[in-house]
Amino acid sequence: MATPLVVSEVFKSFTMHLRDGIKLPVVNDVNFSVASGECVVLGGPSGIGKSSILKMLYGNYAVDAGQILVGHKDKIVDIAHADPRTILEVRRHTLGYVSQFLRTVPRVSALDVVAEPLFARGVDAAQAKDKAAELLAKLNLPRELWSLPPATFSGGEQQRVNIARGFITSHRILLLDEPTASLDAVNRRVVVEMIAEKKREGVAMLGIFHDEEVREAVADRILDVSQFSPRKAIAA
Amino acid sequence: MTDTPLLKVSGVSKFYGSRIGCKDVNFELWPGEVLAIVGESGSGKTTLLNCLSTRLMPTAGSVEYRMRDGNFRDLYHMSEAERRFLMRTDWGFVHQNPADGLRMTVSAGANVGERLMAIGDRHYGKIRETASDWLSRVEISTDRIDDQPRAFSGGMRQRLQIARNLVTGPRLVFMDEPTGGLDVSVQARLLDLLRGLVNDLGLAAIVVTHDLAVARLLSHRMMVMKDGHVIEHGLTDRVLDDPREPYTQLFVSSILQV
Repeated sequence: MATPLVVSEVFKSFTMHLRDGIKLPVVNDVNFSVASGECVVLGGPSGIGKSSILKMLYGNYAVDAGQILVGHKDKIVDIAHADPRTILEVRRHTLGYVSQFLRTVPRVSALDVVAEPLFARGVDAAQAKDKAAELLAKLNLPRELWSLPPATFSGGEQQRVNIARGFITSHRILLLDEPTASLDAVNRRVVVEMIAEKKREGVAMLGIFHDEEVREAVADRILDVSQFSPRKAIAA
Repeated sequence: MTDTPLLKVSGVSKFYGSRIGCKDVNFELWPGEVLAIVGESGSGKTTLLNCLSTRLMPTAGSVEYRMRDGNFRDLYHMSEAERRFLMRTDWGFVHQNPADGLRMTVSAGANVGERLMAIGDRHYGKIRETASDWLSRVEISTDRIDDQPRAFSGGMRQRLQIARNLVTGPRLVFMDEPTGGLDVSVQARLLDLLRGLVNDLGLAAIVVTHDLAVARLLSHRMMVMKDGHVIEHGLTDRVLDDPREPYTQLFVSSILQV
């Protein structure tokens, strides 16, 4: 599939019932698509709705109107209207997400955290762990940390665990929410190289990168989110 | 992804006289899916759970369960004996208070072994071996196999109750506040254990809890109840990150940040 992700006419607002039902518009009429092997970077100032777009695509936020079409296996799924079971199935096989923060589970080792998406897809445990070890090594996470739960790791170490977890599968689409925010220069370069490799494999990526150097290196195209901002419409 | 649900719930209502216990609940549960039912005390969570698990007869509605032979049976039209057999083999029920789900005056091993005997196991050595294996899976030292649960801590009792329920390889487990009443460190351990078991065994589960952190960690899907009604229902991440209903927004925003 040449264009595995198509977003059309998506509207999103929050209704704050606890604040007298104030309606906060987030984005209006969002239209874009991401092709295989392409990395599109969402641009624009803070608070313009970049993260909200990623969360809608991943199913964490509901949308008011519009369609989010994802090529899943040999059919097309509309995330905006899919039932929870379908969304989970799409997440397991097609749609990956690397968030800024790691949600840690007590007692699960870093290696297992990374290997888990492969376990969920039914990959043999030993094979999954080998792949996880390979990624953690590539991201320079000290070997003595692999068997420890990541809750006590530094921000940068947690983020590398998170990246390894997000990149371990062969998902056709990857959403990247500032995956390099707390990394040093060496590891940022490793991530840039990993993104380039995903592109060569034909993965469609949509990301937020505040670091200019990384953005320059990975972006094929920058999508200015302020064009979808309802605030712009009000000001105009 | 299988295309047949395990449980089909339609129009389940329970009235206590003129008071509503739960009203017009509809959903389907698929194999391997964990559903959390959340809401404050008195919202009807436990009434609903009891209706689904046939511990309580609803006033109206039907619950159909797909038996191992692939046929759906209406739970309320089964004989009492059939229901009890289902309860003892294909289902599990984890009570908030382990004393409600265990026999406190027989040994830990016998608590686990009893369910095996209910499905026809008679070989004492094998039963003991399986019981001992399950005790270690729930992290109870096997040298405690002959001790009574009375001698166990609250966390151990809860883990023993889980072993007792899972030993027969059930396809559906009901849990009523499985981590309620346990201190936080014990809760974390139990949650991690439950999560692992649910994943490994591909269990379907319905978990009643008022703890949203428990729901986030364990469940795929979430139903929010208020005054006996299901007011919001969806992917767990969606309900917690983008709650739509006024009550859900209040409920989610009331969590204390640690």
